Amino acid sequence: MTTLETKDELVGRGNREGAAMFRDWFSELDNTAKTGGQAAYVFVMGSLNEILKTFDLPVVFPEINSLQTAVRHVAHEYLDEAEDYGYSPDICGYVKADVGTQLRGGEHPMAQIPKPSLTVLTNACNTYIKWAEIWERMYDTPTVTIDIPGTRQAGGQTWQGNSDFEADRKYVEVQLRELITVCEEVTGKKFDIDKFREVLGYANTMSRSWKRILELNNSKPSLFSALTDGTIFLGVANGFRGTEEGARYFERVVEEMEYKAANGIGQTIDEKYRLLFVGVPCYPIFRRFNELFTDWGGTFVNSTYLWFASGGTNRGFEYDLDNPLASLAEGVLISVRDAMDSMFHQNVALADMANTYDVDGIIYHPIKSCRTVSTGLADGRKHMTDELGIPSLFIESDMMDRRVVSEAQMKNRIDAFFEGLESRRQQTPSDGKG
Amino acid sequence: MTLTATRIFNEWRDKSLDDALLECRDMVESPDFETARRWREAGGKIAGHFQVYFPEEIVHAAGMLPFKVRGAPTEPNRADSHFGSYLCSILKTSLELALSDVVEMDLFISHPICDAARNLAAIWGRNVDYPSQILYLPQNPNSSGSIDYLAHEYDRIRRVVEEVAGRKVTDADLASSIAVFNENRKLMRELYDIKRDTPWLITAEDAYALVALAGMVPREEHNELLTTLLPMIRERDIKPEDRIRVVFEGGFCEQPPFDLIRMLGRTVYVVDDDFHIGMRWITADVPVEGDPLRNLADSYIEHSSYSPVQHDLRKPKEKMLIERIRGANADAAILAAAKMCEPGLEEQVAYTHALDDEEISYFLSEFEENMSSFDQLELQVATFVEHLLFA
Repeated sequence: MTTLETKDELVGRGNREGAAMFRDWFSELDNTAKTGGQAAYVFVMGSLNEILKTFDLPVVFPEINSLQTAVRHVAHEYLDEAEDYGYSPDICGYVKADVGTQLRGGEHPMAQIPKPSLTVLTNACNTYIKWAEIWERMYDTPTVTIDIPGTRQAGGQTWQGNSDFEADRKYVEVQLRELITVCEEVTGKKFDIDKFREVLGYANTMSRSWKRILELNNSKPSLFSALTDGTIFLGVANGFRGTEEGARYFERVVEEMEYKAANGIGQTIDEKYRLLFVGVPCYPIFRRFNELFTDWGGTFVNSTYLWFASGGTNRGFEYDLDNPLASLAEGVLISVRDAMDSMFHQNVALADMANTYDVDGIIYHPIKSCRTVSTGLADGRKHMTDELGIPSLFIESDMMDRRVVSEAQMKNRIDAFFEGLESRRQQTPSDGKG
Repeated sequence: MTLTATRIFNEWRDKSLDDALLECRDMVESPDFETARRWREAGGKIAGHFQVYFPEEIVHAAGMLPFKVRGAPTEPNRADSHFGSYLCSILKTSLELALSDVVEMDLFISHPICDAARNLAAIWGRNVDYPSQILYLPQNPNSSGSIDYLAHEYDRIRRVVEEVAGRKVTDADLASSIAVFNENRKLMRELYDIKRDTPWLITAEDAYALVALAGMVPREEHNELLTTLLPMIRERDIKPEDRIRVVFEGGFCEQPPFDLIRMLGRTVYVVDDDFHIGMRWITADVPVEGDPLRNLADSYIEHSSYSPVQHDLRKPKEKMLIERIRGANADAAILAAAKMCEPGLEEQVAYTHALDDEEISYFLSEFEENMSSFDQLELQVATFVEHLLFA
């Protein structure tokens, strides 16, 4: 650990440095696009940065590009362009914002986005597959699917030593070897096993740190907002996975969070209600969406988003550097499967979080754009109420399309939810919270 | 007597062709799924499998009825509250069948075909007391490891089925089932030969009913049905009419209402389609010699059709559609998608651009299994047809 900086410098450092790294990342992409360099298009659930960074390939996350158009309030321009091209209002907004970006030749508020030299996707979201097919048609560049079998039945995960697990692991490893061959062909570089080990080492540091950061947020008061601060951490976790900068950044975030925990420094608001978030944030009104909760003293202490959108990094899986490729296959299988589980079997994750984080409520935010995350939430909530009995709120909107975001309606529902929590707390004053 | 010798749909037998086809349509149109009830009353067990493809041979070899879960023309009164907004209808009506006990199952298997449907196993599992499983068909059929993986996955499903059925499923059992299904695949191909070569001999809705029945009765029984009716259809004395020949694309998962297909049949010749493509997925005989599960896996990867929910670098969907249109000597295509069906809606864009390039006419539409008014749609289709005939 480095020498601690003064409190003023240390607190909030993760956000400041994360935002700067995010800008640097887009600057690099801008430079790549303008110099005609190579880039790989990847997704957050199973980016395979571990292999791509071994080949020094810049990575483009179209999901992140798309959400940035929403945060910057220009998503509608991109959505309109894709819909004019033929895409339905009823499909994923991320896809359409990216189609708009591609139709504009990569023009994006953050940077000029380079064209893909290679696309790598997993099956963690089926839309990844349809999305990559669009680039296949546009650019005719190699597309590699890494198919990662998920959980077959609730609670039925298999593990090392089980023949079903080993069959899955072997299938993933074969595909990773095939990806390496494609990377060699695309870049003209030979695969460097020593560099690969170095990249895995950085990824291990990040995974270990990510897990620790999530654990630390069970502090009272909580240390960071899983909704807003967490999204900054996620950006770095995805864009810088397998890099030295990414590893160092997360070590420094751990340092910051441990300092805050030790000194009882919480979020910037007075924490009255500790909340879990299920779904994907409402990016078209991101700041306001968060304020609808913080105005009542509601803080998000964890979310399924921080689990699945980190590709399952929350598990903290660390690769065996003596057996790197087999271990990567095992880690990708376990981590991405976990990411899928936190969407489809979210009650297991919620039960775990509820025990650890001592929460007052759960906010479900299904969105029109993403059926992967949203389809099972209404049913999951019914069963969560039976099993955990935690008060919850179910509000629907979107992560991209402001046409289906009704702030006034959301505010009414959220206000009523907190009034209910207040009333509940007044009736049970001995719970020690607030 | 084994259960697969049990017959659960006898209404068509010993009847004229027209009357037999009427019985077939009635059985398929009914929201009661009478054949499933009869099967259970005979003491049989049912494995429901959601769209699109499932290796039914494995369930058949265990003496169970593989039942195609494909939604229903019914209101999802019990299921609706289990889902949010912006979802396709088939998810809700399929769960409705289970929650309402219209179809009593012993096992449910779904596949991660799309973002919405891949949630179904978890939802189903939280609400029923029988196993709800996912079969992970490979989404990377281009990998050299895909057949090995799939053969193992099929073996895993065999073990699941054995547990539910309460009996072993031997390789010999599987080989026998593969032979039954090979016969069925041959008969289905013959049915589609009739549609393509002499579409005036069978209406779109009759052909649809004959295919859909495959998911509701034991395959031996379906083989008997087709073996009896196909020659009768060929011998019909019906003159061809001056109609447009179209391919219908968009029936791979949620099914259009029967009345929509009937309306199309009044207006055009539907010479090929992807209705229930999962039950016609494998396009050649599966070898009966050797390792049966590996043979099934190999056939899935190497000898199969296409759909918007399978990614295969060798089978770009728009190229496959154009082959289907050309292979059926069709004049045009109807490009349909179920409402809120992302894969179908996404594929429509690729299809329309490719057909524009090839200067092939198409009619673009959305449907929902529960829609009940077709007047406007029929007028639009008629206008489209007139444009093709007289432009």
